[in-house]
Amino acid sequence: MSGFFQSYDTGGFYDEMFHADGSVRPHYKSLLERFSEMDRAAFELKRSLAEQTYLNQGITFTVYSGDEGTERIMPFDLVPRIIPADEWRHIERGLEQRLRALNLFLHDIYHDQRIVKEGVIPLEIIRTAKHYRPELVGMDVPHDIYIHICGSDMIRDGDGRYLVLEDNGRCPSGVSYMLENRQAMKRVFPKLFRRHPVRPVDGYPQELLAALRHVAPHGNPDPTVVVLTPGIYNSAYFEHSFLARAMGIEIVVSQDLVVNDAKVYMKTTKGLKQVDVIYRRVDDDFLDPTVFRKDSVLGVPGIVNAYREGNVNLANALGTGVADDKVTYYYVPAMIKFYLGEDPILPNVETYLSAVDSDRKYILENLENLVIKAANESGGYGMMIGPQASREEVAKFRAAIEADPRGYIAQPVISLSRSPCYVDGSFEGRHIDLRPYILMGESVKIIPGGLTRVAMRKGSLVVNSSQGGGSKDTWVLDSEEAPC
Amino acid sequence: MLSRVADSCYWMSRYIERAETSARVLDVNIQLELDNEDQLGGRLRQQWEPILATLLDQELFHSIHKTFSADAVMDFITFERSNPNSILTCITIVRENARTVREQISSEMWELLNRLYLYLRSDSARAAHKESPIDFYRSLVDSLHSFQGTTDATMTHGEGWQFLQAGKFIERADSTSRVLDIKYHVLLPSGEQVGGNVDITQWNAVLRSCSAMEAYFKIFHGRVTSWDVAGFLVLHDTFPRSIRFCVDSLDQALHSVSGTDRGHFKNEAERLSGMLRSNLDFTNGDSIFKTGLHEYLDQTQARLNDISAAIAEEYFRL
Repeated sequence: MSGFFQSYDTGGFYDEMFHADGSVRPHYKSLLERFSEMDRAAFELKRSLAEQTYLNQGITFTVYSGDEGTERIMPFDLVPRIIPADEWRHIERGLEQRLRALNLFLHDIYHDQRIVKEGVIPLEIIRTAKHYRPELVGMDVPHDIYIHICGSDMIRDGDGRYLVLEDNGRCPSGVSYMLENRQAMKRVFPKLFRRHPVRPVDGYPQELLAALRHVAPHGNPDPTVVVLTPGIYNSAYFEHSFLARAMGIEIVVSQDLVVNDAKVYMKTTKGLKQVDVIYRRVDDDFLDPTVFRKDSVLGVPGIVNAYREGNVNLANALGTGVADDKVTYYYVPAMIKFYLGEDPILPNVETYLSAVDSDRKYILENLENLVIKAANESGGYGMMIGPQASREEVAKFRAAIEADPRGYIAQPVISLSRSPCYVDGSFEGRHIDLRPYILMGESVKIIPGGLTRVAMRKGSLVVNSSQGGGSKDTWVLDSEEAPC
Repeated sequence: MLSRVADSCYWMSRYIERAETSARVLDVNIQLELDNEDQLGGRLRQQWEPILATLLDQELFHSIHKTFSADAVMDFITFERSNPNSILTCITIVRENARTVREQISSEMWELLNRLYLYLRSDSARAAHKESPIDFYRSLVDSLHSFQGTTDATMTHGEGWQFLQAGKFIERADSTSRVLDIKYHVLLPSGEQVGGNVDITQWNAVLRSCSAMEAYFKIFHGRVTSWDVAGFLVLHDTFPRSIRFCVDSLDQALHSVSGTDRGHFKNEAERLSGMLRSNLDFTNGDSIFKTGLHEYLDQTQARLNDISAAIAEEYFRL
């Protein structure tokens, strides 16, 4: 290792940039050369330039404390994560296979439930899934697509194997950061892009719109598509408006919508206008106070009825949360086999179900060595990393598992791969994951790249932004050749 | 266009204009104070209190500030968060509105507003204000002017833009009438007829508060009389801050939204704006004189409020 990277230590983890012996991986060679030419002052300058860009554009989270919100930017690391072409092809095939299986699964459990009848998944698991919607059984959705937009989180283990950690089939967020990170990198390091065959990501909004238009009710060739947001105080509002802008469609809040005769309309200055497809960034629970949570002020009364009547389509569909359930996750490899007759290309992380007696015994005996996750929480909440947990925490989770075995799963602690990150003037390894974005419309489209999330705290394995995580640009290279 | 979005565009634009008026009025007042320094003495209040009245905030000011000083007034109008009309509050509201309509406005517009908002909240804004309030207000006005230019140059001149125009011009007509009305009170010593012997410096200040000094002198060649100034600011047909010009532009914007021909109306907002516009087209200084300037301005403000209510009824409350 040279120059700026002289004291970099891979720490015994799988490092994205360096081999265990300290030599650079071929697809990072050119980047290392460029970064080695820089010094701390030059790098600081780049960093503050990037930060200022985010701040001026208002790409911020609002953190509320006291009487006014302060706006923070999501920490952005300037060292890109590079994925060679062959690795990406493998990931792509695996993700497409997975999303096809998940959509077949959702169609099945809301129709014949073959997978239950043939004994692959116990009925009890489906029936008790928090986000299962029995009221939707028998209802058809356009083209049988339930998850139009999927974000399956991936990690790499100590050997560099790509594993799927969880599937986000409800409202996966973060894609605007993927796009903005690329913009920021282009501004700050324009020359790097000339030296690397990086595949572009900026086609995402158009691909998304095409997928949404494809699933319009009654095959309408020119549907009105809108984004439904909870509003400007939602922490992902920036993303909602970003996508609406990039797709050139309206962004609406629930008060903009009204249902008449089982059709959804938006209120415009020229009167009511019918809406055909809603890319909703509002959870099922808050969508319709006449069906789900009665106290929801975000909802549109009657929208679920309009949906059931087939006059409006929702993306993602209602009831996809059952596929997000971490217990369902356990069965995804079996689903792939069952529906597609194929072996899973991307393996799951080894998982124990506390709902299964033998597994639960193992879990309770090994709490200190396992990662425990609530089946229906996300954002890094409701989880415990055994080796880092306090006694009280372990006791708390033990009680919780005993009280509600269906509600928890356990996994071994995976030493996520690390990538060099710029921290206080030098480079240090930090754990990362990858959230790719997979669209299902007429065909499956996967944007080459995704959001690489970084656990910015030293030693931390939690990458979620709500837990202090940051992100970096993700480069998928276009060819086998090492960058020049 | 969504009703909510039209609403946000309209109010965003009103608040931008309101912030600009405040900045300009303060700038002019500081200069006036410097001009009159030697004779100021007990007139401090007389100099600054009307500003609060123009900007509608007298009572709140006195509940916050026990003693009266120019700095206190400036701080109250510029940075006070509890003042619903302070420049900082206006720009905060503008930015909130802009956030809700980000997909309607251009990125350039948004970034300009966002930068301005972040700046006004920062310590460096306060430091700059302390260093030179005049420079501070001028650069603020400059930023807001760049916003207008950026808007015209980067946003489609469609419905959203027309609502921005409507908001801008209705607020501007209102501001001009207030600036004129307040000065009229201050400038008119009790018992004296309007049009009598008044302080030229003060009328100059009125003109400057409306960016009208140069335009005015081109016509009146250095002669400043209260009636000429009032007539100019109310009735001039092409000066962009005269009430007549603003109402005409407002009427134009409303007709563009609905696609109705000028001179006709399809809804109450257009009917009211058309009536006010033709009234201004066919009024002269004498008839305002007969009504009384204050009464005339008062009526005009009331009619602007009615138009605003009719716009909301027609377009925002579906």
